[in-house]
Amino acid sequence: MEQREMSYGRYQKNRPMLYHTRYPILWWVKKWAYVRFILRELTSVAVAFYVVVLLFYVNSVSQGPDSFAAFNEWLRSPLSVGLHGIAIVAVLYHSITWFNLAPKALVIRVGKKSIPGRVILITHYAMWAIVSTGLYWLITTT
Amino acid sequence: MSNQNTTATIDLEVYRYRPEIESEPTYDTFTVPLRSDWVILDALNYIKDELDGSLSYRWSCQMGVCGSCGMMANGEPTLTCASFLKDFAPGPIRVEPLANFPVARDLIISMDDFMEKLNRVHPWLVTDEEKPLEEGEYLQTPEQVDDYKQYSMCINCLLCYSACPIYGLEPSFIGPAVIALAQRYNLDSRDEGSQERMDILSTDDGLWQCTFVGECSEVCPKNVDPAGAIQRYKVASTKDWWKSKLMPWSNGK
Repeated sequence: MEQREMSYGRYQKNRPMLYHTRYPILWWVKKWAYVRFILRELTSVAVAFYVVVLLFYVNSVSQGPDSFAAFNEWLRSPLSVGLHGIAIVAVLYHSITWFNLAPKALVIRVGKKSIPGRVILITHYAMWAIVSTGLYWLITTT
Repeated sequence: MSNQNTTATIDLEVYRYRPEIESEPTYDTFTVPLRSDWVILDALNYIKDELDGSLSYRWSCQMGVCGSCGMMANGEPTLTCASFLKDFAPGPIRVEPLANFPVARDLIISMDDFMEKLNRVHPWLVTDEEKPLEEGEYLQTPEQVDDYKQYSMCINCLLCYSACPIYGLEPSFIGPAVIALAQRYNLDSRDEGSQERMDILSTDDGLWQCTFVGECSEVCPKNVDPAGAIQRYKVASTKDWWKSKLMPWSNGK
């Protein structure tokens, strides 16, 4: 085969001229797994939302009964109910995906065998249920 | 093979980048026989032998051991020696060089960045002092081998780097295979280099860039599970950090 003409720019024979692809901004829409990942990352906004609400809640308690009542009023507003509705779905998605990943990070050996992932998963969900029930009991009985 | 039906064909859209004649990559379409026992690599070899001898790509063993023939097939990182044409029928199959790496020519990427990073984590058995010969071999129990065996299966094919959006966005990230290979030696009972690897990996460009997309483990042809290795390493790194704060005199031991 005849030698190709060295017509392009700076290219020198036997010296690589690398082509760099730019990473597209919408890289994450190309694959469902990437979309799921981005959604999981975005759910941390909902976690932050809960933290902010909690801080305002604590602050309203410290400001006296009037402020506490006003804050409770706001919690009942359609805006607040709507935001909480979105947030609870996001936080559940966040927690469940997080728990499902736990067996990857935790490899615990007992003697010669490591604890199966399923046991680690069940333990996580059990702890979640216990803590949630405890908190519910604490809130409703006091 | 002569008794097979060779009338069926499939089109391959092959990424071409020839720096001496073009500044931007293009695609060439080749029609190849669709044989039930052919993988994408067979089709590329057919193209090179019969249609266009200038097509450049890496390959060697044709049996999923050497890790040379990793490419993108319809956007998915894959070993082309393990991807059957019939699974892509009726086609076309778009064959591109591995994503997230600079391209040197056609389907050949430059892996210099990976080789440099791999070297950083000292991927060999590090020992403070070698045992004298007369003490014999370094013996291991089957359980001790099981600890690291999975990570030792890595063939450096770089599919995990192509699947990792973090590496694509932040090329300074040391990447999945390097961390899995560091773990391969850390978990080896004969190795004493885990602390020096920890110092390299417990940095922003090491472990903590990883946000657990998990795709590295999905595409791994050898079930190395680099994502799992990284998360385990994060736990170890966190323990190491607390230890250094609470017991500064321990020196990571």
